[in-house]
Amino acid sequence: MQDIVTTAALAMLTFAAALAFVRLLRGPTLPDRVVALDLIGVLIVCVMVAVAATSGQQAYLDVAIVIALVSFVGTVAYARYIEREDVR
Amino acid sequence: MIEWIARSFILAGATLALLAGVGVLRMPDVFTRMQASTKASTLGLGCLLVALAIRYPDTAIVVRAGAIGAFMMLTTAVAAHVIARAAARSGAPLWKETLLDERPVDLTPPLDTPR
Repeated sequence: MQDIVTTAALAMLTFAAALAFVRLLRGPTLPDRVVALDLIGVLIVCVMVAVAATSGQQAYLDVAIVIALVSFVGTVAYARYIEREDVR
Repeated sequence: MIEWIARSFILAGATLALLAGVGVLRMPDVFTRMQASTKASTLGLGCLLVALAIRYPDTAIVVRAGAIGAFMMLTTAVAAHVIARAAARSGAPLWKETLLDERPVDLTPPLDTPR
């Protein structure tokens, strides 16, 4: 089921998520962290699509749709929060 | 043949997603990081979806892949715009070699100062 290409692709996606996580830890500002979190959400969707492309299971695609929806709503909510936090 | 096209699309998508990760880590300020993240990740996800649709040309899978693609193309742009507006209004620092800052003066922070 898993060939070398899929394994390499999953490894690259995981490494990208690790890099985004370093940015999430470092900051330095709040919008930086929101951007990193948004990218991690997109990368999770990418992993789900890659797994679906390997196994052919439809269920992974439904998971990807739900994660994409929740991640978008979360990002917009964080952005509203940043904007309202410092009206100065 | 089809299989190799699908594999190269998977590799291209994963490479673009990796580029997004590197860009988010290495770019100098919020706005450049955001453009690296959104552009590379939408195209990367698009390549992965194309690979999926090529490998499994089944109605249920292709429709779901199209739905994910359309939804991500719409929402990534909206999310990037909302974050960029929030960052600009909250006075995020710009890269020190930025040439033009069109924000009003009272919103412009000193360069390279994290808040």
